[in-house]
Amino acid sequence: MDKAQDAYDGRRWHDMGGEAAGPVPQDDHDFALWEKRVDALMVICSSHGLFTVDGLRRVLEDMAPEAFETMSYYERWIAAINQNLIEAGTYTTAELAKRMSEVAARGTTYGEASDA
Amino acid sequence: MPHDHLSPSGHPYRKDDDHPLTYWQQMEIAVRELLVEKGVTTPADIAAEIDAMDSRSPANGAAVVARAWTDPTFRKALLKDASAATRAMGFDIGALHLIAVENTADIHNIIVCTLCSCYPRNLLGLPPDWYKSRAYRSRTVREPRKILAEFGVTLPQTTTIRVHDSTADMRYVVIPARPAGTDDWSEQQLANLVTRDSMIGTGLPKTPGA
Repeated sequence: MDKAQDAYDGRRWHDMGGEAAGPVPQDDHDFALWEKRVDALMVICSSHGLFTVDGLRRVLEDMAPEAFETMSYYERWIAAINQNLIEAGTYTTAELAKRMSEVAARGTTYGEASDA
Repeated sequence: MPHDHLSPSGHPYRKDDDHPLTYWQQMEIAVRELLVEKGVTTPADIAAEIDAMDSRSPANGAAVVARAWTDPTFRKALLKDASAATRAMGFDIGALHLIAVENTADIHNIIVCTLCSCYPRNLLGLPPDWYKSRAYRSRTVREPRKILAEFGVTLPQTTTIRVHDSTADMRYVVIPARPAGTDDWSEQQLANLVTRDSMIGTGLPKTPGA
């Protein structure tokens, strides 16, 4: 079952059509505000031509298969959006690091940290 | 840290804001603020995009299906070019190329995105979690009848099942078969029978009286 130990079959991990897998999970969830914001940022960035959906997917696909199991959908998306924006020169890694520290210093919940 | 239900700025907390901040949420806030500071977008634009997202729901797709069931000219246009036909109904379809696939007495269509999560989101809203799951992405192209059974849909062996694998630029929507016993129903009544899953192909429309 462990694909990493199988011989390379010419496909990358995300190309999973036709593989064996368990039952389809039927649980669903309502999107949280922060998840909707990630989605909105993707739509806005692509509509402004900063990068394309192909750029998003490139980073998502370059994540190791573990990311698919350990990170949620919009966690992977914000990581991919960030990578593309840094590559596009929209901001630098230093600017990101500084801002993330400032955000964390505001509080311990999303609500507090969002409140600049 | 104790706090009441107002943030320092006096705004009420959203229910889902009241959890410990995660690393990725921290990144989302930072990225969003940097995009605003750099002049790429504004808080109002982001809020408007979320409002637009919230306004897209399977009701949009249901209206399209009901019109296809009642208006032969529209049905023909929809099957020819679903992007153009749905845009003409007033839906914001964006840049994506939309293809409508029609169920008949002998053919059942089901859509999947094996590579990621491509979905007719402009017509149906955001995809359900299961659509993005490894199980659905992997198995639908291999054993669609078993997938359908998990969703409670059992079709005769004589029914041809067509599986459509979406891409980032090309999305599908299923036009389910119109339920029997609805000959004199209005478009609005018919739309109420059309479920999200029936437009993905993992479900069937509701039947009259059900």
